[in-house]
Amino acid sequence: MFQVRIHGRGGQGVVSGAELLSVAAFLEGRYAQAFPSFGSERMGAPVMAFCRIDVREIRLREPVMEPDALIIQDPTLLHQVDLFTGLPREGFILLNSTRSFAELGLAGFVGGFRPERLCTLPATEIALKHVGRPVPNVPLLAAFAAITGQIRQESVVKAIREKFPSAIAERNVAAAAEAYALASKGLETANA
Amino acid sequence: MLKQTEGSHAVAEAIALCRPQVICAYPITPQTHIVEGVGEMVKDGTLANCEFINVESEFAAMSVAIGASAAGARAYTATSSQGLLFMAEAVYNAAGLGLPIVMTIGNRAIGAPINIWNDHSDSMSMRDAGWIQLFAETNQEALDLHIQAFRLAEELSCPVMVCMDGFILTHAYDRVDIPAQADVDAYLPPFQPRQILDTADPVTIGALVGPEAFTEVRYLGHHKQLRALSLIPKLATEFAAKFGRNSGGLLRTYRTEGAETIVVALGSVNGTVQEVVDDLRNEGAAIGSVSICSFRPFPISALREALQSAKRVVVLEKCLAVGLGGIVSDGVRKSLSGIQLKGYTVIAGLGGRAITRVSLRQLFEDAIADELEQVTFLDLNAEVVSHELEREAQARRTGPTAEAILRRMGTVASQIG
Repeated sequence: MFQVRIHGRGGQGVVSGAELLSVAAFLEGRYAQAFPSFGSERMGAPVMAFCRIDVREIRLREPVMEPDALIIQDPTLLHQVDLFTGLPREGFILLNSTRSFAELGLAGFVGGFRPERLCTLPATEIALKHVGRPVPNVPLLAAFAAITGQIRQESVVKAIREKFPSAIAERNVAAAAEAYALASKGLETANA
Repeated sequence: MLKQTEGSHAVAEAIALCRPQVICAYPITPQTHIVEGVGEMVKDGTLANCEFINVESEFAAMSVAIGASAAGARAYTATSSQGLLFMAEAVYNAAGLGLPIVMTIGNRAIGAPINIWNDHSDSMSMRDAGWIQLFAETNQEALDLHIQAFRLAEELSCPVMVCMDGFILTHAYDRVDIPAQADVDAYLPPFQPRQILDTADPVTIGALVGPEAFTEVRYLGHHKQLRALSLIPKLATEFAAKFGRNSGGLLRTYRTEGAETIVVALGSVNGTVQEVVDDLRNEGAAIGSVSICSFRPFPISALREALQSAKRVVVLEKCLAVGLGGIVSDGVRKSLSGIQLKGYTVIAGLGGRAITRVSLRQLFEDAIADELEQVTFLDLNAEVVSHELEREAQARRTGPTAEAILRRMGTVASQIG
């Protein structure tokens, strides 16, 4: 089982992100379970959503306590929420920021993590460019596909087309393509 | 057809497949997505020949459902929490009149303190209203139970609540198999009411009944539920034959063969319980679990059979009988008549508190060692409780409890789980 925890703020598409991820995994024939945190979902308030992916039926209903991957949609949460709780050293971190982990003052913290499993991505900027709204969830999902290999990029695209009406879907597909390319490039650098 | 969708949406699709003729809707979290879903299907014509009525309150929702059902229409509504309390009088009336309404409960806590998250307090408050109450373990089961619920309700002329955990199921995206319309039509024939308001053949539905016959009417309501004890498994078997999967029934056992310790629970928490049972079984502990689907009627005999070889039973409940302990435990205790085993009540998951594997594992280990109190509150923060009690002991005007506790705990948004 692969477990993902998504952190963000109300209005950033945290819950939709988890849902899209579950649809992408479902389209690949796997079982997936996405659900929101059981906290208040107000605009701007810290929110969480979870997604589990497995090859068999998922019975577990607790929140994701020990994620294999963290997706952080808002870097300002770093100072407010204990984001990294339960994340093992082999875990993946995807962070929405124009800056690197070092520039964010996280070099020490992420030092023990595998560099190819770390990714910062200007997801808000990519979303603004293609979608016209600061919703970083889709670019981060594409980066998730690139970095973790848990789902294929074409499944992300299919899930987007399933979820959004066609005009908005195509803009999101473009955002996903740019994010995937950028994350893949970063991955090459880390592996080099 | 297999689909990855939200639990509420899956239920909305199931409702549409059951061809209801009147749907009364009033929104309340976490049930809202269900009535929104069926509303969209009525509007776009997917659900034809159905009157979708936006009512002004939950009391009106159930009242309209009563009127619609009495006029011979297949009627449906859904609610949660305070909404169910607000319709309480009509809830009792629907059962007393014997009207086969189906209602979804997106299970949620009852205030105060106001809380929108999951526990079973709402449907438990109506446990003696005369409705059949079925609890879903998964979204697939929630979907399937609605199809069985209409059939059950109409065969008995008795209303049925399908209870599904708010957020945990209603808002979870999961894989579900949506049945074909032809199969649902074959399983669920058109509504043939036992009683109907008809100007050509006038009757009184809701006559005043005095002491001379009230007990008999009540007894017949009870008798109806006792008949449901055999009808529920029969309908589940028929469902399995038609749709190829097991959903519903009175209860389901999990690894209870040779189990000395058996955990009893209702609803979605059973999945997490089963994970922990597997872990402990792998380490040699003789533990199993029972998921109760039919809470009303309560499956006393079936439960006794499941528990009779065990040494202890742990009842894990998402509700609290204040001043007593457990509500489900009461029924479990009645099932134990004639057999000797230790019984523990565990109150868990109130107001959306996460029930984790770590906590359950510790709990079950304590139970196996017979180190549990009669009533345990899972993951109770003893420090918070004792501080508040101390504060209250020191002065008279200590202010509202909830506010004082929240101030002391700080921001909750920073916590996970």
